[in-house]
Amino acid sequence: MTGTLIRGASLLGETREDIRIRGGRIAATGRLTPELDERVIDADGLLALPGLVDLHTHLREPGGEASETVLTGTRAAAAGGYTAVFAMANTSPVADTAGVVEQVHALGAQHGYATVRPIGAVTVGLEGERLSEIGAMARSRAQVRVFSDDGKCVHDALLMRRALEYVATFDGVIAQHAQEPRLTEGAQMNEGALSGELGLAGWPAVAEESIVARDVLLAQHTGARLHVCHVSTAGSVDVIRWAKARGIAVTAEVTPHHLLLTEELARGYDARFKVNPPLRRDDDVRALREALADGTIDIVATDHAPHPAEAKECTWAEAAFGMVGLESALPVLQTTMIETGMLGWADLARVMSSAPAEIGRLDGYGDPLTEGAPAHVTLVDPAARRTWSTGDLRGRSRNTPYTGVELAGAIVATVHGGVATVLDGTLVDAEEVARRG
Amino acid sequence: MKHLLSTRDLDRETAVGILDIAEDMALTADREVRKLPTLRGRTVVNLFFEDSTRTRLSFESAAKRLSADVITFSAKGSSVSKGESLKDTAQTLQAMGADAIVVRHHGSGAAHQLAHAGWIDAHVLNAGDGTHEHPTQALLDAFTMRQRRYGADSRGRDLSGMRVVIVGDIVHSRVARSNVWLLTTLGAEVHLVAPRTLLPAGVETWPVTVHEHLEPALALRPDVVMMLRIQQERMHAAFFPSGREYAREWGLTAERFAALGPDTMVMHPGPMNRGLEISSAAADSSASTVLAQVTNGVFIRMAVLYLLVAGSQEASA
Repeated sequence: MTGTLIRGASLLGETREDIRIRGGRIAATGRLTPELDERVIDADGLLALPGLVDLHTHLREPGGEASETVLTGTRAAAAGGYTAVFAMANTSPVADTAGVVEQVHALGAQHGYATVRPIGAVTVGLEGERLSEIGAMARSRAQVRVFSDDGKCVHDALLMRRALEYVATFDGVIAQHAQEPRLTEGAQMNEGALSGELGLAGWPAVAEESIVARDVLLAQHTGARLHVCHVSTAGSVDVIRWAKARGIAVTAEVTPHHLLLTEELARGYDARFKVNPPLRRDDDVRALREALADGTIDIVATDHAPHPAEAKECTWAEAAFGMVGLESALPVLQTTMIETGMLGWADLARVMSSAPAEIGRLDGYGDPLTEGAPAHVTLVDPAARRTWSTGDLRGRSRNTPYTGVELAGAIVATVHGGVATVLDGTLVDAEEVARRG
Repeated sequence: MKHLLSTRDLDRETAVGILDIAEDMALTADREVRKLPTLRGRTVVNLFFEDSTRTRLSFESAAKRLSADVITFSAKGSSVSKGESLKDTAQTLQAMGADAIVVRHHGSGAAHQLAHAGWIDAHVLNAGDGTHEHPTQALLDAFTMRQRRYGADSRGRDLSGMRVVIVGDIVHSRVARSNVWLLTTLGAEVHLVAPRTLLPAGVETWPVTVHEHLEPALALRPDVVMMLRIQQERMHAAFFPSGREYAREWGLTAERFAALGPDTMVMHPGPMNRGLEISSAAADSSASTVLAQVTNGVFIRMAVLYLLVAGSQEASA
C-alpha cells in the first residue's frame, strides 16, 4: 500500500469529502475513487481535523523513564489525535543545551508517532539564575522556539525581562509558568474555604495573577512575545483580556482539566487530583471556558504530566503534582466546549492545532486539509460516548483524573506525515510506524 | 462506627453517645482493678509519624485499660524514615493482625487515606493529621466542659447554651478545626480570636463568630476560653512580629485572666508556652482544666476504641 484514502469524512464538521494521502501530503480532496494500491479508511460519520498539536507535554525522557519516555508519550499523543507535541524542558538532565534538545528531537523522529519539538529551558538547570544557551538551542537541529522553566516560574523580574528580549532575537517565545514562589510556599490546593477546612496549604489565585500582570507589562515594555501556560483563574483571564486589548503580544493556554474539574475533588484527599496550578472554583472554570470561546485564551494544551503510582499513592502533601492528559484532551474538549455550544469544530481545530503550531513556530502543522498540505490528520467519532478508565490510557503512567467520568468523542484514526499511527481506534505497531515514518 | 476521622461527620446523637461511654470509662478509674476485658485478644496499633509523647501515651493507656494488645510504631528510626510509604507501613501492620490503627501523621488527610484508599480494612482512628483534624482532642475538650458544667448530671446532655472562645493559631490548628465542628454540633456558641494572618481562608463560612481582637470576645463573658499553642517559629514567617507583641495582643495575661468571670474555664490542649499564649496565673489557677483534659483524654480514647473495635464486633455477630 503506498497511499491512503479517507472516505466520506466531514471536514471540520462542515463539508463531506474524501481525502487522498500520498507521499506524506494530501494529494487530492473531493469525490474520489479508490485506487488499487490504497488503504481505504471508511470515515462515514467521522470528522476530519488537522492533526492536533500540544504545546505543553512532559515526555520525561531523559531521566524520568519510570513515568514516560519519548516513545510511550508520543504513543499516548497519537492515541489522543496529536501529531506534534512540544516537550517540556524539566527533564534530567534539563533541556538547557543543544545536546539535550537534539537528543529528544531525534528520539521523536526515530519513533515516528508524532513530531517532537523540544522546549528549551529559560535558565540553566531551571534554577532561575542565568540564561541557558538559548541561541544554540534555537539554531540546533531541534529548532527550539519555545522556552520555559515550566514547573518553576521565572520570578526574577530582571531575568524575565532579559529572557523576553533575548528570546525575541530568535523569534522565540517565553512560556511562563506563572506562580509567585513566596506566595505559594508549601501550597497544596486552591486557597479558599475548602483548603481552610481540609487543612491543606492554599495556592492563592493572586500568586498566578500577580505574575501574569507583571509579565504582560514586561511584554509591553520589551515588545517581545509572552505565552502564559495553563491559565487557571478568572483574574488571570481579566488581565490577559486587558493586555490583548492594549495590543500586547501575549498568548495563553488552558488545560482540559481546568475546563472540567474543580477543587471539590480534593475533598477525598485522592492525590490524582493534585495538579499545579491547582483545580479552582466553578467560577474559574466558567471564566476559562468563556475566555477560550471568545479568544482571550488562544489554545488548549494538555500539561500531560505522567507520574508513577508511588508518586500518587501517598498523602496529598507528599504526592507529586500533575495528571496525564493526552489521550483524554479531545474528549474533554468535546464534552466541555462543543456540546455546550461554546465552540464549533473549526474553532476546536484552531485552539488545538493551528494556533499552538503558530505560537510554537511549527510550520506545516494545523494547515487546512487541502490539496498539497502535509498529511497530518485526526479522525474523530463525535457520536462515541464512554466512561473513562485507565484502560483508555496508552502512555506509561496511569494518573488520569477522569476515571469513571463519561466523556464524549473518540479518536478513530491519526495520520502523522502520511503515516497512520492510529487505525480503528488502535495504535499501529511501533515497528511499522518507525519503518514507514 | 467503622472509623473516627473527623468531628465534622459526627451527629449530635453519636457525639453525646461517645461522651456518655467515656463517663462509663471514667467510673472504672475509681475501681481497684482498672482494667476492662473488652478488647482482650484485639490488637491496637499506634502508628505515629509525628512525635507526640502525650497523645501516644494517652492512646496506649486507653488501649491497655481495655486489655488490647498494643503495638506502638514510631516513625523515627523505623522503616518509615528509610522511605517506606504510608501504604506499605499500613499493610505491614495489617498483616500483623491490627484490628485498629491509631494514626498521627504530619500530612492532612493521612487518616482519611488509610481508611478509604482500599489499602487495609482495619479501623482507623485519627490521632491528628497535619493541620486538618484531631477528633479525640475535641471530644475530650467537650467532655471536660460538660463535666465541669454538669458534674454527675452530665449524661445525655450536650453543650447548648455554652459560649466558647478559641484563641490563637487557628490556621495551623487541627484542634481548632475539630472543636469548631464538634462544639457547634453539640449546641455551643463558638467564637474564634486571632490576627488575620492566623485565620484560615474561608473562615467566614464556618459556623462561628470571628474576632480579630481578644477583648471584645472576653467581654462576652464566655464559659470557656481555650488558648491554642503558638509555635515560636511562626513569627519568622511573618505571621506576627514577635512573641512579646503576640502575648500583649492575644495572650491570656494575668490581667485578662483576672477579669474573667468566676466560673470561666481556661483550657489548653498542651503543651503550653507560658508567658506567650497563656500566663502562669491562668495556667495554674483553679479555672484551668489542663490536667483534667489529660485525664479525660484516656476516657475518651477508651470510649472511641470501644465503639470502633468492640462495637463493630457486636454489630457483625
